[in-house]
Amino acid sequence: MSVPTSWFLVLSFALFSIGLLGVLVRKNVLIVLMSIELMLNAANLSFVSFSSRLKDIGGISAVFFVLVVAAAEVVVGLAIVVSIYRKRLGSSIDDLKELQG
Amino acid sequence: MFGATIVDSIVFSVACVFALIGALGVISFKNPVHSALGLVLCLFSIAVLFIEQGADFLAAVQIIVYAGAIVVLFLFVIMLLGVDKEESVKDETLKFQLPLAILAVAVLIGLFIAVGIGYWVSGANSLTGNFKPGVPGILELARAIFTTYLVPFEATAALLVIAVVGAVMLVKREGMAKRQSEEITVGEQN
Amino acid sequence: MFPEVIHVTYLIPIAPLVAAVLLVLFGKKLGDPASGYVATFSVLLSFILSAAVVGSLASVSAGHRFFEQSIFTFFNYGYPPVGVAFLLDPLSAVMILFVSGVSTLICWYSVGYMKNDPQFHKFFIYLTLFVASMLTLVLGANLLVTFIGWEGVGLCSYLLISFWFERPAAASAGKKAMIVNRVGDAGFLLAIFLTYSVGKTLDYEHLFVFSKTFSHGVLIAIVLLAFVGAIGKSAQLPLVGWLPDAMEGPTPVSALIHAATMVTAGVYLMVRLSPLLASVPVVAHIIAIVGIITAAFGALSGSAQNDIKKVLAYSTVSQLGFMFIAVGTGAYVAAIFLMVAHSFYKACLFLSAGSVIHAMDEEQDIKKMGGLRKFLPITTAAFFIGWMAIGGIFPLSGFWAKRSILLHAYEVSFYLWLATLLTALLTAYYIGREFCLVFLGQPRWGNKSKKHLSPHEPGLNMKIPTVTLAVFAVFGGLLQLNLGNWLNPALKPLVIASSAGSNTDLVLSIADAIIAAIGAYVAFALWKSRSFNKTLEPAFLANAFYYDYYVDKLIARSATYFAKLVDNVVETKTISYIVKGATALAAYSGDAFRRLTTGYIRRSVLLFLGGLILLMAYAGFKGGF
Repeated sequence: MSVPTSWFLVLSFALFSIGLLGVLVRKNVLIVLMSIELMLNAANLSFVSFSSRLKDIGGISAVFFVLVVAAAEVVVGLAIVVSIYRKRLGSSIDDLKELQG
Repeated sequence: MFGATIVDSIVFSVACVFALIGALGVISFKNPVHSALGLVLCLFSIAVLFIEQGADFLAAVQIIVYAGAIVVLFLFVIMLLGVDKEESVKDETLKFQLPLAILAVAVLIGLFIAVGIGYWVSGANSLTGNFKPGVPGILELARAIFTTYLVPFEATAALLVIAVVGAVMLVKREGMAKRQSEEITVGEQN
Repeated sequence: MFPEVIHVTYLIPIAPLVAAVLLVLFGKKLGDPASGYVATFSVLLSFILSAAVVGSLASVSAGHRFFEQSIFTFFNYGYPPVGVAFLLDPLSAVMILFVSGVSTLICWYSVGYMKNDPQFHKFFIYLTLFVASMLTLVLGANLLVTFIGWEGVGLCSYLLISFWFERPAAASAGKKAMIVNRVGDAGFLLAIFLTYSVGKTLDYEHLFVFSKTFSHGVLIAIVLLAFVGAIGKSAQLPLVGWLPDAMEGPTPVSALIHAATMVTAGVYLMVRLSPLLASVPVVAHIIAIVGIITAAFGALSGSAQNDIKKVLAYSTVSQLGFMFIAVGTGAYVAAIFLMVAHSFYKACLFLSAGSVIHAMDEEQDIKKMGGLRKFLPITTAAFFIGWMAIGGIFPLSGFWAKRSILLHAYEVSFYLWLATLLTALLTAYYIGREFCLVFLGQPRWGNKSKKHLSPHEPGLNMKIPTVTLAVFAVFGGLLQLNLGNWLNPALKPLVIASSAGSNTDLVLSIADAIIAAIGAYVAFALWKSRSFNKTLEPAFLANAFYYDYYVDKLIARSATYFAKLVDNVVETKTISYIVKGATALAAYSGDAFRRLTTGYIRRSVLLFLGGLILLMAYAGFKGGF
């Protein structure tokens, strides 16, 4: 008998919340992106836990795809950060307020 | 823990603690480089937890792709842009952002606990494919990906291509094409 | 059982109405004087038809002189149906005869008087419309038709008073007449509503039967409210201010509307409602008191006026007061008699005044006249006859009319009789003053006025009606020989016959004649040679006791003040605040929402999280946590 699934889920949710907090509070663009990665990882952990419990391969394949999408997203995100950083010197996410109403 | 073997429990606890430390490090360090290192710690811990669950292949993929490629990419950009300057968390330009964020997350946690206590999700076993923890399930994984989830697989392949092309277009500098064409004409003259 | 001709009754008000329509369409083309003759002819036609139907009415025995002709029904809610219906009985017979007769003469006179006026045909449109309305009023078989006519004459009065509306005085006089009349109309309307809601009928015939079942309070209310309407229409106190101002209209208008016909509508209404009135003596007393006070007011004010027409206007007010005294004392026949006689001599006086005004080139101030007897002999004679008649000199018509009223007043109260007698004395006096100032003495208009005046008699169009009316003023007294017998069956219950005993009657009549003669002589003695006298013409009388001033101060100013208050408090502070507040609220909330789109990504994420929490909570609660 291994560790109960619920503990994994609690950990997963804790990591998710921490990542969420990071997105809301930090001003540095790169750290925000890293927090997003953290959230994605938390989701992956949750997927795997359920897959293990239900003895279903679907969870593992889902993680597979999440991984690929996360990678693609990081690539494009960082490219955007680089091109924005070229235009101006600020690295604070608060500088990007063109959509101000 | 209740009925778990001692080894499992110890591994879980250690991995859990390191994951949390890493995560907290990501959001707390002022220097982005330190945050990246915290992220690596977290990812490694999660890989350990994957192994404990029996998803060995996935743990390997996680380390290679996430810790090996993505975090390296992050560090690359950090170094390139030189954003390793310190930045203060207390210095908040948006009003009430910090307290409101903490409040929102606390509420979310509360909600989750309320939901979690009330329900336990269950579903049919082995719906998609059989998975025996401990037994390397590459065969099953491959079968699932290349038959049931073929379309998403192809889509992600296309997605990767689009991402790469898009990234190149985004960071392309002006004038590069002009310089290249100048070189060609100069070359031709010679 | 009536001769067939009686069925043309409905044509009597229709004829002038048709003429009005024709004049609207073709009046401008017909022009001066053809449109005037068209109008006169239509009113003459009314008169001939009236004579014919009255003749056929008279051919039936006294108890059956009652003919109702229904044109169409408005609604059939209760029994009987309410609609346009005409009633021909002895009372309305008298009314249509003298209304159409006097109207014909005055219409003919107007053809001469309004000559060269640029709006000649318009005058006759209004005039024929007026005659049609007045005839509708008196021919009405129920309160509704009477009210239709009532409103019609009010409208035409307004149109005709402000006929020369470019003059601000005329325009505001028209407005005043309309507004003061409206106050009275409100009372009349309330009476109609009350009658219908309690009795379910407006028909005169049925009303008098049903009214026996009404409670005393209801009867008092109905009659009192109808009297309010009469006060407005007949210019009694307190709704008297409009009549002197109405003299701004052309003189034929003053003669017809404000002397002979419209103002008598109030008296007619009260006489029509006499069966109800007879059962509420308290209201009758009120009517008599209002009558005598108004009569005195009119007489006193008239004795100090300087405008030739204003004297006659106050005189009309006073004479109407007499008529209401008669109504109040139950002498309905006397009231009608005075009404008819008054229409003759007052119209005669007004038409003569009109001739004087024309001769003096629109001058109306009697202080600037004098000695006109040499230039206008016929007019002088007509005015003299009018004076003798209104003063109550034996044996002209006025004497017989006043005598009836005085006799009935004596039976009711000695003081009432005394007051009426003194007012009659004043009547003879103040018209006499006017006569002397205008026609006797030396001309006062030669040297001062810049216009080169050569007064001369007017044309035949104006002379003949004036003289005709003067003749009637003289011989009108003959009417009273049979008027009582003719009218009594129409006024149920029977009117109180003069029963004080023939000796007292004789003494009173002689006293009456002597007093009238005294009044006339005093006037002649005082005014034949002087043109002004401070004590006899004090300022407060010349300004009619400052009545208009007080009404303006108390009522008009306070109404204006109240309106301004409402504007300030309600409009500006309350309603505007509410409206502006609504817009301000919309703007404010819009602005507040706008601030959500800060453009800060982290803010957006926070809001996103907030929405997520709400969704989870909703799902959780739905699921039952």
